Amino acid sequence: MARAAGRSRLGAVVSQVGSGPAGGLIDILERVCVDAAATLDACGVGVSVMTAGGVHGLAAASDPATARIEELQFTFGEGPCIDAFAASRPVLMSELDGAASARWPMYTPAVADAGVRAVFAFPLQIGAARLGVLDVFRDRPGPLTRTELGRAFAFAEQAVTVLLDGQERASAEPSGSDGLDDAFDHGAVVFQAQGMVMVQLGVPVAEALVRLRAYAYSEGRALSEVAADIVARRIHLDRDET
Amino acid sequence: MSTVSTERIAKIFVEVAGTLVDEFDLIEFLQMLVNRAAGLVDGATVGLLLADAQGRLRFVAASDEATRLVEMLQTQGTDGPCLDAYRTGEPVVNADLSTAAQHWPRFAPVAAAVGFRSIHAFPLRLRKQVIGAMGIFGREAGDLDEADAQVVQALADVAAIGLLQERAISRSEALTEQLQGALNSRIIIEQAKGVIAQAHNLTVDVAFDVMRSYARRSNRRLSDIARVVVTDLNSLPGFASGKP
Repeated sequence: MARAAGRSRLGAVVSQVGSGPAGGLIDILERVCVDAAATLDACGVGVSVMTAGGVHGLAAASDPATARIEELQFTFGEGPCIDAFAASRPVLMSELDGAASARWPMYTPAVADAGVRAVFAFPLQIGAARLGVLDVFRDRPGPLTRTELGRAFAFAEQAVTVLLDGQERASAEPSGSDGLDDAFDHGAVVFQAQGMVMVQLGVPVAEALVRLRAYAYSEGRALSEVAADIVARRIHLDRDET
Repeated sequence: MSTVSTERIAKIFVEVAGTLVDEFDLIEFLQMLVNRAAGLVDGATVGLLLADAQGRLRFVAASDEATRLVEMLQTQGTDGPCLDAYRTGEPVVNADLSTAAQHWPRFAPVAAAVGFRSIHAFPLRLRKQVIGAMGIFGREAGDLDEADAQVVQALADVAAIGLLQERAISRSEALTEQLQGALNSRIIIEQAKGVIAQAHNLTVDVAFDVMRSYARRSNRRLSDIARVVVTDLNSLPGFASGKP
């Protein structure tokens, strides 16, 4: 079957845990974590890359202590990050109170011991393409302000862009948010094209996103234009291309 | 809309209340709401946009999913009556189309191309916050009177309250969680349209109808079906035979 998993950067990232080609990617993700921690006034920010089955493949964190905290939910198999990934929506715990202990009986005391008082987990996803979670840890209780919340989502989007585009493009264009190639182009036509490419290539949706973006890059065209051509059936991605 | 029938309104609010107590799906709820609002204003198309955490207005539901209508709704991330209603918290009733091109350089030409001659937008208000907007677009010229506008605004307010309903939400953070979840569900629906269109050689518009009728026949939620279409199409037996 023309699954071409070997050609998928994303597949490579998820399978080659922290070694070889994924190494540079971790550096970039770590920078995102460090920036996010500073901007959001957090004691730490971590990113976990996960496969659809919930397998934990790669992690980056703003600092070593946060990396250990980020690891805790996989040790216990529970936590806001795991829930955010499963439900495809953020989990915002501004206080690790009784409700948190009831929900995550092992995780909650463990992160509290590490000095964490609030956890905010943001899924890294575009529709059904789920890539992982970005976690923001704070050493004091209290909600993120609306502005902080907006910024946290922007950091999550940045992490998604890094994961989809790989290290070459991510390092060339650090912000990744110019209108020409925004991973979060919210035009319906882009999402529809993702679904079509998935079937054309016979690959999972996350890989379809990677391939569609790679195609737009290689053609030097805006993602939305390429998407419109795909939906209008003026372009068809072949299983052997890209 | 001439004067709205009291009977129709009563029916809608009863149905809305019924949805809120049943097992609740936000996308499904908003879909029902735009359909009912469209029935209220004869021949109108109704669309609903919600603001994401970064304050961008995003399309979530429409009474007609034709691609060009969805596109028209999407332009309002940049300008348009829904964006105005969202920003000001006030309804835009009987928009003046003679000056629309100046006010809304992106929205106006798209709306004109579709053939809309009456345009209104209502904010979705929740406590002191505006969380989105509902647009009403008619192909016939015609004004909403004061009473009509109040009824439609009441529906928009109900939509906003519906957002809080899923788990007796008291935390404002839970609203964010739910909103973001709904916006992502909407993306999955678009991805699923693409999957079906490609797999069965259909247009994306027809693909949506196929998916919706499948959801109805199997008594499952549209957003659930859409997720399975994108992640595991083969597990939906007989999907190909679904005709709109």
